[in-house]
Amino acid sequence: MAGKSYVVTSGKGGVGKTTVTANLGTALALRGNKVCVIDSDIGLRNLDVVMGLENRIVYDLIDVIEGTCRPKQALIKHKKADKLFLLPASQTRNKEAISPKQMKELMIRMKEEELFDYILVDSPAGIERGFRNAIAGADEALIVTTPEVSAIRDADRIIGLLQADEMYEPKLVINRLSTELVKKGDMMDQDDIIDILSIELLGIIPEDEGIVASTNMGVPIVLLENEKAGPAFKRIARRLEGENIPISLTGDIEETLLNRIKRLFGINRKEPERV
Amino acid sequence: MFEILTKWLRKKEDSKEIGKNRLQLILIDDRLGVSHETLDSIKDDIFTVISKYFDVSEDDVEMNLQKEDGSVALVASIPVLGMKRQSVTTK
Repeated sequence: MAGKSYVVTSGKGGVGKTTVTANLGTALALRGNKVCVIDSDIGLRNLDVVMGLENRIVYDLIDVIEGTCRPKQALIKHKKADKLFLLPASQTRNKEAISPKQMKELMIRMKEEELFDYILVDSPAGIERGFRNAIAGADEALIVTTPEVSAIRDADRIIGLLQADEMYEPKLVINRLSTELVKKGDMMDQDDIIDILSIELLGIIPEDEGIVASTNMGVPIVLLENEKAGPAFKRIARRLEGENIPISLTGDIEETLLNRIKRLFGINRKEPERV
Repeated sequence: MFEILTKWLRKKEDSKEIGKNRLQLILIDDRLGVSHETLDSIKDDIFTVISKYFDVSEDDVEMNLQKEDGSVALVASIPVLGMKRQSVTTK
């Protein structure tokens, strides 16, 4: 089976593209897939930091594209998930250093030479050259949004641009949904958002304070003991693999309730493992 | 349950409804790529054409893009004050 490539994009910055890329990539690798996560945010790289791999960068995306090194030399293998690899972005160049055509060629090489099952490209914010590079060569697009007016508006714009580029079926990931705010009527829920954007919903990531600690440590939350965002990312990974797992917010609420009861009876969760 | 009751008693509109409605209006503009300037000039043109045949007041012309069941309609409301008499000599 040939590998599949996804671009993770949003339009608006700060909605969690990098977090989604890191966690989804890790979750897919934990399930036995050979996964490559590519940071295409040239000049503003961050996927390496979120994944805790910043000290191991030797070569980067541009080195591979320009032929300075082979893909294998630039790929950084994750210690906690041995089928997970990062191709970092260059920090000292700019987005004009590569073209969509080169990006397309790179994606083919990664599939054919390195035999990746999944390639996730973390897109930069915006709709300019960096975005064009990121979507080039991706088979499908995952759009990340938060339940906010500004993020949803930008997601809608991105959906339009993707359609103009013949990517007609992007899938939506709603990030940072707070069940408390939804109950109070102060936050749009998944039905409101799907009603507006009219695209397929791939999953919902609940608001989770644990993400901050996970990013501080440089360990994707799917590798930590976690009851909210972690399981949600794992469910999305299984959906990408074709499993039919119903999407429901109540699933997340029940899980938290169960854990609350557990805590009440002193069945504490383990301290996050440090890497 | 209590939450629903207090909310119902307060009868305050949920902020999410306000947000959703605002978003829907914004997206109509975004998706069509029509600016307010363009809408204004369409409005002027329509007014010029209509006023050739009817007595209309420019101040009363209302024109909007409305979203209905997923489609967008250009809705114009132009109150007619009276018919213009056509000159016999002009055709």
